[in-house]
Amino acid sequence: MSDHEPDQRKRRFLVGATSVAGGLATGAVAVPFVASMLPSERARAAGAPVEADISKLEPGELMRVEWRGKPVWIVRRTKDMLESVRQSADNLADPASKRSPEMTPSYARNELRSIKPEYLVVVGICTHLGCSPVDKFKAQPEPFEAGWKGGFYCPCHGSLFDLAGRVYKNKPAPDNLPVPPHKYLSDTRIVIGEDTTGA
Amino acid sequence: MSMARKLLGLVLLIPAIALAAEDVKLDRAPIDGGDLISLQRGARVYVNYCLGCHSLGYMRYNRMQDLALSAWQIRDNLIFTGAKIGDLMKSTMHPEQSKDWFGAAPPDLTVIARARSSSAGSGADWLYTYLRGFYRDPARPNGWNNTVYPNVGMPHVLWQLQGEQALKAETVAGPGYPVEVQKLVLEKKGIMTPIEYDRMIADLVNYLDYVAEPARSSRTTLGIYVLLFLGIFWVLSYLLKKEFWKDVH
Amino acid sequence: MAAAEKQPVTGAGPFNGILTWVDRRFPLVSLWRDHLSEYYAPKNFNFWYYFGSLAMVVLVLQIATGIFLTMHYKPDAAQAFASVEYIMRDVRGGWLIRYMHSTGASAFFIVVYLHMFRGLLYGSYRQPRELIWIFGMLIYLCLMAEAFFGYLLPWGQMSYWGAQVIVNLFDAIPVIGPELSLWIRGDFVVSDATLNRFFSFHVIAIPLALLGLVAAHIMALHEVGSNNPDGIEIKKNKDPATGRPVDGIPFHPYYTVKDTLGVAVFLIVFAVIMFFMPEFGGYFLEYNNFIPADPLKTPAHIAPVWYFTPYYSILRATTDTFMWVLAAGVIAYAGLIIASAKDFRVRTASAAAAAVLLVAFYFIEAKVWGVVLMGVSVMFFFLLPWLDQGAVKSIRYRGALYKSVLAVFVVAFLVLGYLGTLTVTEGRTVMAQIGTLVYFAFFILMPWYTRMDKTKPEPQRVTG
Repeated sequence: MSDHEPDQRKRRFLVGATSVAGGLATGAVAVPFVASMLPSERARAAGAPVEADISKLEPGELMRVEWRGKPVWIVRRTKDMLESVRQSADNLADPASKRSPEMTPSYARNELRSIKPEYLVVVGICTHLGCSPVDKFKAQPEPFEAGWKGGFYCPCHGSLFDLAGRVYKNKPAPDNLPVPPHKYLSDTRIVIGEDTTGA
Repeated sequence: MSMARKLLGLVLLIPAIALAAEDVKLDRAPIDGGDLISLQRGARVYVNYCLGCHSLGYMRYNRMQDLALSAWQIRDNLIFTGAKIGDLMKSTMHPEQSKDWFGAAPPDLTVIARARSSSAGSGADWLYTYLRGFYRDPARPNGWNNTVYPNVGMPHVLWQLQGEQALKAETVAGPGYPVEVQKLVLEKKGIMTPIEYDRMIADLVNYLDYVAEPARSSRTTLGIYVLLFLGIFWVLSYLLKKEFWKDVH
Repeated sequence: MAAAEKQPVTGAGPFNGILTWVDRRFPLVSLWRDHLSEYYAPKNFNFWYYFGSLAMVVLVLQIATGIFLTMHYKPDAAQAFASVEYIMRDVRGGWLIRYMHSTGASAFFIVVYLHMFRGLLYGSYRQPRELIWIFGMLIYLCLMAEAFFGYLLPWGQMSYWGAQVIVNLFDAIPVIGPELSLWIRGDFVVSDATLNRFFSFHVIAIPLALLGLVAAHIMALHEVGSNNPDGIEIKKNKDPATGRPVDGIPFHPYYTVKDTLGVAVFLIVFAVIMFFMPEFGGYFLEYNNFIPADPLKTPAHIAPVWYFTPYYSILRATTDTFMWVLAAGVIAYAGLIIASAKDFRVRTASAAAAAVLLVAFYFIEAKVWGVVLMGVSVMFFFLLPWLDQGAVKSIRYRGALYKSVLAVFVVAFLVLGYLGTLTVTEGRTVMAQIGTLVYFAFFILMPWYTRMDKTKPEPQRVTG
């Protein structure tokens, strides 16, 4: 062994400096590994925005489009359907879509929950446990609701949604049907998955 | 010199005799992977002339944004099918039918520029020589043959642009005695001059070289940063080692 | 050892409490002392001593990159090739992980061959370290198997045909050969069934075995203590006051710090290759493997990856004519044993063995012997501790005879390796045959030339 006393300060500095460099290196190396678990280009292509042609959609009809593995409904609402939306506020749990803001983008935070009043665009998955509700657009007495004004009925646990996709009070589902990011390319074309806010 | 050393010398000499190379001579492809305009032109040539038969089945259209192209530019100029921008660049030709027509289904070309590398040259060199090496051959079913790939099933797709070449025997001066070589001679002119055609092929080969490894430029750039960092780490660990090892001896 | 008798942990600052809690329930402090802070290693480790820790670094690298590659790779004949290109293009950072794994595979063999060569140079396989050497050789075999199984996974032309050729070698085994090949493949040719089982071996079976063997290798080393470039035992010279070897220094901090430097240099070389020439002229990533496997089209030139080529050369060198040379060799060797051995049982056994071999050479065809020779050439390494009868361990104190023989062996190994990458010609076959004879001579004549070798006296204390 050597004769002189080891310079502890220099050693502490060098150990520290090398450890910091090593730590930076480990962090930097971790980046591609962690990033590799993000959605790949294949997943992003499969989840890419989808165009829907609504030129052939009749009033009172529902059109189904698939986006990111989920069903998206486009409903062309008649005047009566729009009227029933304006009247059903008392039965609703969250008429102004305040509960979960991320489920209703700014351009759908209105009474009819849509950009154009005539067309409703919602994700067709019940916010309770993920079943797909059934459309019951006729305003007539139904076994699940005597004064039914039209909307959607989820057969799994009985949640009800009105013709703006808003959930009824005292039902298992906590939230209104989500409105996906979307925008109109023209009067006859909607793209689902992309909107003007750059989603 | 000791016996052992003599033996060693002899042993080391034998390799030189036994290891002679026997490869095809390839032209150097005059490509620059950083020339984005050349790559864009190459993409256009590929999509217009090649994609009909040859898929680039592992490459997505939207990856060509690497070439300073926007999604709209790609959609408008490089997608002729109903494919979406995120789709893979697949050819729509049926492999069974193409096998009937050409004898073999046209292979996928995504990584051809890597597959055709050899000791004779890079894959790009091979492709560059191949695409300029077609000549008229009445003995072949489609009338064409190729100097780099003898009896290939592919016809000369770009014959109207290049013109028609023929393979002619020629006597040239060799190593002390005359030697007969086969040379490609342009017999019928095409729409492009030879220089224009060679430039177009260079662009196309440049594009295929890029498609074979789109991450190449990221790889080399990142490599430089990594080496700079490792240089610093090396210096630090060297100083650390030296400091602690003062204790020893 | 009752928990109450243990001293609390000191010197770890704020962690003293928790480390003491752990140490009462797990041999933390004793492991730290026995294997790091009080494992006394010789102070004269040189360049050749970096490669053990580097091998461990590469093992960790391969496992980490392997885990992330397995997240995206598809072990299905129809999807495998495409999944590798998917990793290279569509997975974020996938190309980086893939290149790390492919460069790491070749780096592993470079490091391991240099590590083994250190053993040859300094006699690290000699008594009492025979078991360390045996565990190490088992690691080497597992590594070769791991590489072989892994190479099928990209499902390129070279992957497919390399596997086909090697599995077909088992056909050559008399009687059970074809059945054995069928069992290994799970099919009549290399196919999806083969790919799936090779995936299982590569991803979990052999890595588990490797980890266990590496642990055993290090435990055996620490039991005996490390060798050093002078080949002398430092434990023979202990300081009477402390009981520690005078030529020893604690592994931590001296070798932890030195090995960190080694890792830094290694990473620089690794990064240069990985970022600027990952294909390495077609040796690390073979060009032919960028063509998807085609069972109907055999490539003109099938060669194994570079780290197998020395043994492949030996396999191809064993032709019908070479069998005559081997027969002559068997007779000569038996003669040598009979002349040297004193015990008549050894003499009769050698004569009998030679006779049996000669008959077998006559009746069993050369291609079978090629496989046998290839296998035997790897297995020879296991016998080194018993073949080497030199008076000293380290090459520093050996004579000119041993040094020349080792040098010729190294040249032969490298030449055989290079020949294995090339196509077969008459001249090359002759060279490979000469190389094979040199290779075998190195091992089988070792008891004689190591005894004949004029060694120098070993020092008492280590030199630099």
